[in-house]
Formats: sequence, structure tokens, C-alpha cells
Amino acid sequence: MSEPILSIRGLTKTYRGGNRALDKVDLDIRSGEIFALLGPNGAGKTTLIGAVCGLVRPTGGTITAFGQDLSRDWRKARARIGLVPQELATDMFETVWRAVSYSRGLFGHPRDPARIEDILRSLSLWDKKDAQIRALSGGMKRRVLIAKALAHEPELLFLDEPTAGVDVELRKGMWDQIAALKQRGVTIILTTHYIEEAEQMADRVGIIRGGRILMVDEKRAMMERLGTTEAVIDLASRLTSVPEALAGFGLELAEGGTRLIYRGGNGEGQGRAEVAALTQALTRAGVGFTSLDIHDSSLEDIFVGLLGTEQEAA
Amino acid sequence: MHFSLRSALAIYQREMSRAFRTAFQSILSPVLTTSLYFVVFGSVIGARMEPVGGVPYGAFIIPGLLMLTLLGETTSNASFGIYMPRFTGTIYELLSAPVGVAETLAGFVGAAATKGLILAAIILATATFFVDYEIRYPLLAVFYIMLVAASFALFGFILGIWADSFEKLGIIPVLILTPLTFLGGTFYSIRDLPTPWDAVALANPIAFLVSGLRYSFYGTSDVPIAVSLGLTIGFLAVCTITITVIFRTGWRLRE
Repeated sequence: MSEPILSIRGLTKTYRGGNRALDKVDLDIRSGEIFALLGPNGAGKTTLIGAVCGLVRPTGGTITAFGQDLSRDWRKARARIGLVPQELATDMFETVWRAVSYSRGLFGHPRDPARIEDILRSLSLWDKKDAQIRALSGGMKRRVLIAKALAHEPELLFLDEPTAGVDVELRKGMWDQIAALKQRGVTIILTTHYIEEAEQMADRVGIIRGGRILMVDEKRAMMERLGTTEAVIDLASRLTSVPEALAGFGLELAEGGTRLIYRGGNGEGQGRAEVAALTQALTRAGVGFTSLDIHDSSLEDIFVGLLGTEQEAA
Repeated sequence: MHFSLRSALAIYQREMSRAFRTAFQSILSPVLTTSLYFVVFGSVIGARMEPVGGVPYGAFIIPGLLMLTLLGETTSNASFGIYMPRFTGTIYELLSAPVGVAETLAGFVGAAATKGLILAAIILATATFFVDYEIRYPLLAVFYIMLVAASFALFGFILGIWADSFEKLGIIPVLILTPLTFLGGTFYSIRDLPTPWDAVALANPIAFLVSGLRYSFYGTSDVPIAVSLGLTIGFLAVCTITITVIFRTGWRLRE
């Protein structure tokens, strides 16, 4: 594997007053990936981003971006990092064009109107370029912030809750835009508490809670490892025990013998195949059933399950 | 040391465009206020006053009035320039950018000082409508005004970082700078004060500023010009060091 674009080791942040927002976080981000940092409110997502982007002073640990130690070569590294904050914070009286051009200059780049035009067009903001930002809708303001973050052509982009407060229609559009950025070779780290978003977009998912990374894995691998298929079969007549012929499926008899429940598989189709085999075995064994409900566990189920066990352990 | 001229220029231009966007408040209103002073104290009352140290009263008060506006406006301009981004959250961009204390100061303080100079020029031009005056050492006057504008832009910047409410932001110019300028010999010569008030007046640092500027205008001053210059440069140095320390520690900027 090539050297990570961002490497975090033992990152700790304790706020004044003793609140430990980050607790010895280790994290490697691969070049070109979309990484979703998933966690409940107050988990430390924004603090983690702040520490990399220079908004938060870490209490301990090291951050290496593009192979450079951020505490020493922060100028070089920061010039290649873009940040879209969670809050819609921007100069409301400025026009879109000027705000985005300012960002480019601030990061030390020469004027390039063609480049700014490109960015505005790609975010469907071109016809609003002369509008004051305060006159734009929430979704457009969010896109202006993205345009500002892209103005200096960053290689690593942080999106802190990019779709918070954005309606479903626009959220899909935002996902398309993020995917397009990835196509252009930008490495993207996004935080979200919409699990659906991580499931849709991310190559890898990290789950953070209480300032600690609980798990980092390929989304696919995570679903394979933790994902299950659940099949609920309502029976035509009551059974007193699971028939011998079905013993190999690991079934559970519920609802006083009127329901069979199957749990298994790996989130990658194996479970569904087993359920298909199970229905045939039911028919062969002469067990009639009136309904069949199959449900694959989503990232959300995994996430809730993981936080649940963590809570019990705590 | 690394310095990005482009970054500094970006901040500077944005701060300047902010001023022009609010031209009425940032330029017209101080000019109007100062004009009123010139009308009342310069033309109307000044005509009945004795000359001070050989300088007609209307002309005598010009350096003090100029200083009054320069200090107040430069301080509030610079303090608002950095306080507003902190207040609205837009400061995230500055903090995440590859810019250090040098670019930040060049941008914010440079713009505030420039606005101060523009204001000073407009006030001096306005004054010619109400009183006759001549500047004896124009180069010294320009240098001194630039020095004061830069110092108080730095001071305002510190104020904007220190303040955590609009009240605190307004309190220093109104409760400290304006009274001290009034008592610092804007309308009279400190030498004319009865003992011990002449000595007490010299405890007011702004008296040295007014005196220094008046020297460059008319060649007369309450304290030697070298003392005024030294004090102003010293103040500039203290403010610069303070801001450098603020950036190094991240106080009120980075959590």
C-alpha cells in the first residue's frame, strides 16, 4: 500500500475544563479514497477535523499530512488541505464570486478566473456568481462553502456534515458532487451521522465515539464481517420444535411456535442464498408458511449494534 | 521567515472592500463629526479665542481633532475586522489557511492603517474650508500619522481578539481613547494648565501623541518631539510583540 496521505498517531485533545474530546486517535487515510467518519453528536468528529486543519491545538500526538509533520511544516501541508465547516459561516454581504476568489488568494494562489468559473459551474452556482451570499438558499450557501474550499485546488478535502439540514433531493445532488470530486483525484474525509450517507459514498468507514476510534474498515468488509441477513417466516401451523431436516440452518422458533427466524450470512448475499435453500427445505419437509420477510442488516444496524455493545461494555 | 504576499494582499483587499461597502459609516460619519468640531470650535468659538503659542486657535486644534478621529476610527476598524470573523465563525478559513501572523497583520492592520490615512487626508482637506493653516514639516506629519495609524491598528487588533462581546469592543474607544484625547491637549496646551494639573496631564500617553503631531504642524509642542516619537514607536513594538505571542499561543483564536 502506498504511503497514507494523512496519518494521525496518538492524537489527543483535552479542552479546558477537562473534556477529553479525542483520546489517542490513530488513523490513516489513503490517497484518493472517500473516508466517512461516523459517530453520534459529541463523538469528536469536528475536533478531529479541527486538529488537522489548524482550528484546534492538539494536546498530544502527531499529525502527518503528505509526509510532512503538521506541527512543523504546517504551511506547506495546509496549502493542500481544504475545509468545509459544519456551520454556514461566511461573509453574508459578499458576492459568491468575490468570496470564492478571496479564498483562492488567501491560500496563496494567483488569480485564475477560469478556474473559479469551473468550480462555480461544477457546483451549479455560476448563475448566482454576482448574488450576495445572504440571498442564497441553505443548500446554495453550503455549496458556496464547498466552492471556497475548492478554490485553492486542495488534494485533501474535509467535509464536516456536508448534508446536515439539506433536504433529500439536494442531498443526492451533493453526493453526486462529492463523487465527482473523487473522480478528479481529491481525497475526501467526511463526517456524518446519516449512516445512509456513509453507506452510499464511502470506500472506508471509521466509527468514532467518546473521542476514540472504535473501528476502521472497508465499508464492504465491515458489512461482510458484521452484516447479517434475517428472515422471518410465519408458519401455516404451529410447531413444537424445529424439524430435524432444518437443523443445519440454526433456526429459532418464536411466537409460540408459529414463527421461524433465521439469522446468518455475511451481508454479501450468502444469507439470502441460505434463505432460498431454507424455503426449499421447508417445502421438502412439508412445513407450510404464509409469509416470508427477508431483511439485510444495513450499516445503520451495524452501527447501532456496535455502539450498543460499547455502551454495555462501558 | 516565510511570507506570502498573495495571502496578505487577499486579506488587505477584502478589508478595504469591506470599508468601501460601508463607506457611509467608516468614512462619512467621522468626517461629518470632525467638520462639526471645526465649525463650532474652529470658526465660531475660535474667532473669540486668543492664539495658543502664536498659533491661531482654529488652527491649533487641528492636530488634536485629527488625532481624536484617527485613534478612534483606526482602533474600531481594526478591532471589528478581526472580531466579526470570530463572532460569525468565518475565522475558520483564516485559521485553516497557510498564513501566519505576518500575513494576517499585513492584511488586517495594513487595511485599518490605510483607512486611517485616507480619513486623515479627508479631514485635513475638510479643515481648509473652515480654518487657515499650514503644515510646517509635512513629511514628518505624514510619517507621524502613519506611525500612529499603524500602532492603533495593532492595538485595535488586540482589542478585537480580546473582546468576547460587542460591549467590550466598544468600551475601550469610548471610555478610554476619547476622554484621554480630549484631556490630552486637543483643545488647549498642557503648558497652560495650572500646577499640578500640567504634570498630571503628562501621565496621559495620548498627550504625547497630540503634542507630537502638533509639533509637525506648527513647530511648537508640550513635550520634545523625540519623546513623542519614541513613545509611539515603543507602543508599536509592544503591540507587535503582544500579537506575535497571541498567535504563538493561539489565545482566543485556536481552541
